[in-house]
Amino acid sequence: MREELLAVIEKNSRIDLKELAVILGVEEIDVVNEMAKLESEGVICGYHTMINWEKTSLEKVGALIEVKVTPQRGQGFDSMAERIYKYPEVDAVYLLSGGYDLLIIIEGKTIKEVASFVSDKLSTLDNVLSTATHFILKKYKEHGTIFKKEHADERERITL
Amino acid sequence: MRNMLSDQVVGLKPSGIRKFFDIVSEMKDAISLGVGEPDFDTPWHIRDEGIYSLEKGKTFYTSNAGLKELREEICNYQERRNKIKYDPLKEVLITVGGSEAIDMGLRAVINPGDEVLIPQPSYVSYEPCAILAGAKPVIIDLKAENEFRLTAKEIEDACTDKTKVLILPFPNNPTGAIMERKDLEAIAKVIIEKDLLVMSDEIYAELTYKGEHVSIASLPGMQERTILINGFSKAYAMTGWRLGYACGPADIIAQMTKIHQFAIMCAPTTSQYAAIEALKNGDNDVAEMRTAYNQRRRFLMNAFKEMGLECFEPFGAFYVFPCIKEFGMTSEEFATRFLEEEKVAAVPGTAFGNSGEGFLRISYAYSIDNLREAIGRLDRFVKKLRAEKK
Repeated sequence: MREELLAVIEKNSRIDLKELAVILGVEEIDVVNEMAKLESEGVICGYHTMINWEKTSLEKVGALIEVKVTPQRGQGFDSMAERIYKYPEVDAVYLLSGGYDLLIIIEGKTIKEVASFVSDKLSTLDNVLSTATHFILKKYKEHGTIFKKEHADERERITL
Repeated sequence: MRNMLSDQVVGLKPSGIRKFFDIVSEMKDAISLGVGEPDFDTPWHIRDEGIYSLEKGKTFYTSNAGLKELREEICNYQERRNKIKYDPLKEVLITVGGSEAIDMGLRAVINPGDEVLIPQPSYVSYEPCAILAGAKPVIIDLKAENEFRLTAKEIEDACTDKTKVLILPFPNNPTGAIMERKDLEAIAKVIIEKDLLVMSDEIYAELTYKGEHVSIASLPGMQERTILINGFSKAYAMTGWRLGYACGPADIIAQMTKIHQFAIMCAPTTSQYAAIEALKNGDNDVAEMRTAYNQRRRFLMNAFKEMGLECFEPFGAFYVFPCIKEFGMTSEEFATRFLEEEKVAAVPGTAFGNSGEGFLRISYAYSIDNLREAIGRLDRFVKKLRAEKK
């Protein structure tokens, strides 16, 4: 049940628990217990809402920042990552293989705000060797969700 | 001018519920539970392969039987899923949907007056195809108390010395019934005893929710007397690509290929390239869609239980077949009133044969949100009818 449950709530975390139990073919109490377990194990880390900010009147600027750092003795990249992810404006931090080490996703109110984060905070950190900032121009798809409106059901009403 | 029409074609029974379908198509704001095709788009990697084949200029006829690589992949699939071995060169024909395979298969084996056993309720094309092939269709009325499975006794009772072919339409449209191994073993005995040929329409095989689908061709002594029909429409959500296939004894496939060559030439080339990709890399997509269908199936069964609507639990295809006899009206009356009063279209069981009387086919090729809305309306409608009866 575990994997199927996760697959369902990953797409719809607001699903009614009773309905969730029905479609999984189990008892509601089992769903409740399993979800509590998944939460305490840290498998379920939160129930967020996906928002297409572009459709609101709020201005937001997003950027991907590639960062090269010097790994720390005994800690590898973890302590550097931690110093960076503690900034609340940082949305995501990944350690990558390839041409650079850390990929940071950041969201700010203005280009200036993002720029000042990079120049004042990020690049001045010890052990940060270089940064490359890419501003996001448009989001097409995030977390498996396509932002463009899905097309309507084009099937005939009745087919045998 | 003379009457130019074929008496035989004119004589084919038109669907008795044409009028109902006309009302449905005219009603603008109705929601539907009446669709017999997946709601999913064809998985992108499959579509992409079709597009790529066009870019490469693969726009010519293929060989009559279909691309060799596709026939090989079909054989791999049949061995992997059903443990049946077919020779890709002699025992496979790629067709324009499973429907063409039904037509070609019957035409390849029927002599005038041969009898074809057709269990009903079932897909609408078996009977007319049998008639057009020159056969006499003999209907077997499947029973709700058997969960619409076919029994050995029913075959035995329907057999005469002219019986040649048995159509085996499982997992079944419209009932959702399946035939499990024990059910198939029970009928295989009679089939061999009566020396029948089986046309096993397994187009919904991948949509089985209880154990694994079993093909009758995999039972001892059955492969040599079975035309296995399958296709890509339901498993891979590829209805519009029009692609199916038949596997069977070489002598039958050879005759089917001959008619196919004259009538069709070959199945659409683009679809064939896409289908190779589907068979090679599509297992996960099929599993995902099956999981989604199964969730909806449970959702509907639970909803029927809660509203006290009688319905056996179907384990195949994407249909449920609730019984509406308690309301004392025909399937068509029920469906018409449901459409008019709640604006929901569902198909009367009688569209699939007289034995569908008293039942309604509800498709769950819809999102749960869509089903929830439609079921809410069904609940209201059922309550209203029960109140009327009092």
